[in-house]
Amino acid sequence: MANLLLLGQQTGNSWDLPANIAFYVIAVIAIGSALRMVTTNNVVHSALYLLLVLSSVAAVYILLGAEFVAATQVLVYIGAILVLLIFGVMLTRARIGIDDDLNYEQRWIGLGVSSLLFVVIAYSLWDFYGSDTRLVGYEPQRTREVADSIFSTYIVPFEAISVLLLAALIGAVVVARRD
Amino acid sequence: MLLNQYLLLAAALFCIGVYGVLTRKNGVMVLMSIELILNAVNINMVAFGVHNAEAGAASVGGAVFALFIIAVAAAEVGVGLAIVLLIYRNRRSINVADASLMKG
Amino acid sequence: MSLMSTPLFAAAAAETFQPASWLFDNVWIVPALPALSFALILLFGKNFAKHVHILGIAAVATGLLFSTVTAFAWITQYEDEQSHHGPAEEDHSEEEGAGGFVTIANADEEGDGHAEEESDGHDDSGGEIAARGCNVEENNHGRFGPEAASQFIGEDEYALTDASEIAATAEEGEEGGGGEHIKPAAVVNCLDWFETGSFGSDIGASGDEAAQGGRTLKFSIGTIADGQSIMMLFVVTFISLLVHVFSTEYVKGDRRYVHYYAFLSLFTASMLFMVLSATTLQLIVGWELVGVCSFALIGHWWEDQDNSNAALKAFLTNRVGDIGLLIGMIVLFFGAGQTFDIMTINHAAVTGGLSQTTMTVASLCLLTAVMSKSGQFILHTWLPDAMAGPTPVSALIHAATMVVAGIYMVGRLYPVFWNGLMIPGSSFNILAFVGALTVVGGGALAFVQRDIKKVLAYSTVSQLGYMVLALGVGAWTAAMFHLFTHAFFKACLFLGAGALSHACHHSFDMKDEMGGLRKKMPITYATFLIGTFALAGLFPFAGFWSKDEILVGTGGFPGTDANGTYTLLLIMGLIGAAMTAGYMTRAIWLIFFGEYRGHDHPHDPPRAMSWSLIILAVFATFAGFLNIPADWFGPIGERYGLKFEQWFEPGGGDVFPVISHGDSNLLLAILATLAAVGSAYVVWTYYQRLYAKNPAATEYSDGIRTKNSFASAGYTLLENKYYLDHLYTGIITGFTKGPLARAAYWVNQNVIDEVIDTAGRTATSAGRFVYKFIDQGTIDGAVNLSGNSSSDAGQVLRRLQSGSIRQYASLMFGAATVLAAVFIVAV
Repeated sequence: MANLLLLGQQTGNSWDLPANIAFYVIAVIAIGSALRMVTTNNVVHSALYLLLVLSSVAAVYILLGAEFVAATQVLVYIGAILVLLIFGVMLTRARIGIDDDLNYEQRWIGLGVSSLLFVVIAYSLWDFYGSDTRLVGYEPQRTREVADSIFSTYIVPFEAISVLLLAALIGAVVVARRD
Repeated sequence: MLLNQYLLLAAALFCIGVYGVLTRKNGVMVLMSIELILNAVNINMVAFGVHNAEAGAASVGGAVFALFIIAVAAAEVGVGLAIVLLIYRNRRSINVADASLMKG
Repeated sequence: MSLMSTPLFAAAAAETFQPASWLFDNVWIVPALPALSFALILLFGKNFAKHVHILGIAAVATGLLFSTVTAFAWITQYEDEQSHHGPAEEDHSEEEGAGGFVTIANADEEGDGHAEEESDGHDDSGGEIAARGCNVEENNHGRFGPEAASQFIGEDEYALTDASEIAATAEEGEEGGGGEHIKPAAVVNCLDWFETGSFGSDIGASGDEAAQGGRTLKFSIGTIADGQSIMMLFVVTFISLLVHVFSTEYVKGDRRYVHYYAFLSLFTASMLFMVLSATTLQLIVGWELVGVCSFALIGHWWEDQDNSNAALKAFLTNRVGDIGLLIGMIVLFFGAGQTFDIMTINHAAVTGGLSQTTMTVASLCLLTAVMSKSGQFILHTWLPDAMAGPTPVSALIHAATMVVAGIYMVGRLYPVFWNGLMIPGSSFNILAFVGALTVVGGGALAFVQRDIKKVLAYSTVSQLGYMVLALGVGAWTAAMFHLFTHAFFKACLFLGAGALSHACHHSFDMKDEMGGLRKKMPITYATFLIGTFALAGLFPFAGFWSKDEILVGTGGFPGTDANGTYTLLLIMGLIGAAMTAGYMTRAIWLIFFGEYRGHDHPHDPPRAMSWSLIILAVFATFAGFLNIPADWFGPIGERYGLKFEQWFEPGGGDVFPVISHGDSNLLLAILATLAAVGSAYVVWTYYQRLYAKNPAATEYSDGIRTKNSFASAGYTLLENKYYLDHLYTGIITGFTKGPLARAAYWVNQNVIDEVIDTAGRTATSAGRFVYKFIDQGTIDGAVNLSGNSSSDAGQVLRRLQSGSIRQYASLMFGAATVLAAVFIVAV
């Protein structure tokens, strides 16, 4: 546990300390806004907190050197999905402002299940990777490598995803069409 | 940097997402919580990808699969919103609690 | 060395040559044309709805032209090759044969050098050309190696001895036909659609994965141009063109004219696609496309509940068989070393790369598919109901597309069936038996129908039975030849029925609406009569030659050396021949003789329809001369006999089994003809006498049925179609729908609900009990608490079935978490 909190003590890697500081700042923002997102009584605020979470996840990707993923996160999630969700809020005429009827009464079920889940996951992670599995000296991934492997090694899933997107497109049109 | 830092962050986001799915009544907000869950999984993907890359195998697999998940998430939101709009049109409400047709 | 081995190896490694032509490499154009027309009709059809047939006809006509030219090129190359190699050929083969085991060594070599031999694609050197499939190199590396070959020789001794016998007889049989023939090898063209990476072995290995046997899985699409597919291309496009032309009049003014032509095009395209497929995957896709199109066309007039039910029935019955098809293809995929390639599978089946058990399982599964698609007995029930579609569609379904798909598939994967069902040398096999049962069962049903199309439908069932029977006894050529001739005369009969109903109030009822039409509709009468002669197998019409060949192929008649001696099947075949003549005579009499019983003014159909009929009648007359026996008609037979067999039977010893051809027998032909004529005569006199009694009657009021209870029971059995429909809808579906569903509901209501309710009730009553009896006693705070909490537990348990999504989700997540925790703790 100590290793997790004492920032980058034994690594001797010069950029480890700033990276750790950055990580914890981002993590606090991410978790804090995620918590607000699921607890706030205002639908629009909830969407804005989601924006914060998504941006901090993009920052986490940059910390991990996955720049292309970070860019895609910003473009697709923040640029498209979030906007779509806000449109959804508008189209369903949700109340803009405080709405007391957003949650179920028995929140303890959700609370219990999710905290149990967290305990189980955290325990198993800590048990398995502990504080000695380090990420050291990794290079940022080049977009070119990502592209190369998408179009060679992962061509089959890529094709499958494109078919899936098409199917989802048609499905969405069929479901939402006014007949 | 520990691998666990990222994994634990992802676990926290995942559980918060689950909490959201379980407590929110509004269909759109349920979808938002699902996005949170997917993002948590994505962090795992990228972190494990970096972890594997250290082992010497030339692999950007984690990042590639994160991209795939983003694509799937886009599809999921599209279909999900279509369903929510359909429910709204039919019942003038997007309260998930009202959609209890599965009652036997 | 030994006397036996000489002919064996000469025949086993049959000489092949590689035909080459731009046409064979580009046969894909033929299905592409109707597919294009389908797309165009679908997109732009509404703009010129009245003239949409022009597109379809143009596409199919171009396809017919292309396939005719291709067929001629194929035949020409074959004949050229014979005249080059002809006389020298025999010496050559004998020299090789003298070497004895030379050919075995050859087989070894072939195994070793397989990859090289396959990879260079077009190998035009004469002599032996191995199977060239889509993805031979990687997948089968080492599969056909020396071990496989020696295993084949060592273990499968029966195959050797049988093959030698067969080869001996084959040699004998073909002496009359003018010696050994050089067979054309199939022209396979493949395109790699995609290929999965070599999974499993790529970590660490860099360059030589392929050498280490890193498995790659290739998905190819391609075309096979060989005798079988080229023959089918011609048949399908020919029939389809005439059906297109016929339909211009028949469905004129229909409200879904565009839809009709679009699906007609797609139907043709998918059948052609299936015919040309080089991989089993393509075969399945084509197979299903054909099924979907027939569904759409049978239900063309879906406003009528019966029609849409018939379409559904056809579709669902076929689904039953499709499961067999899928399983069979999967078995073959893994059995033949993870390949979808048909030629590779065939090669493995011939050379012993597939185990006997694998082939038996696969061929039995595929047999289910054949039974449903090709209307074989017990799964044939959809076929007569499919008459609900427009008549030209029935003609197309019955002559060229849908139902022959099953026959074609068996012919395509023949080595698998040949070895899997042990066709050579056994006296019983299930394929032939199913066929023979269908011949007789279908024929009997045709006697009791009022509806002319149903008579023809059951006749198709019975004729398909002949084809399956022929395939089952090893008479591949006879089956394909019967498919070929049957296409013409059955299309002729169906279109004739269409013309009749066009004239008679759109009715098909022979007893109420027809009769005495021979003067009123002379063209229809003449063509229908020719079709009937061909169907009944009268000399010299087409059906005579093909049916005779099937009967010979059973080998049951003394003196016909075929692959086995199936005497029972021969007898059933003869009975079938007699029945065919009988029910067709009945139909002819009811339609064209006696008094006219309708109330209209029937007349011959418009020109487009009558010309289609005439063309088909011409083919129904002369198509049979393509394969006249070699020992008939003296020199003519020697020169022009058995051409169909020589042109279209696949050769190349290692992708097709060595089958022997029975010797035609004049006595058997006379016997079959006598059976047909005799039965026709009996039926004819029956109706003539009836006519003499009462000109307007269609059946005796005091016939044998009313006197003899046995005959009456038989009639009832036939009238109810052997109660198969009752079995399917009443008993099987009924059981699933009724008792089974009720049982499930009962379990749901009584067991599951009861458990929950009882839990709740027990908890509540326990709480009450505790409250009631101990409350009066002393301190009851704790007791109250326990009573209430168990009552609450009951309430919570009750609410498990709330229907709330959230609750289900919570349960799911909670249960998954608990499971995960258990795993973590336990592992």
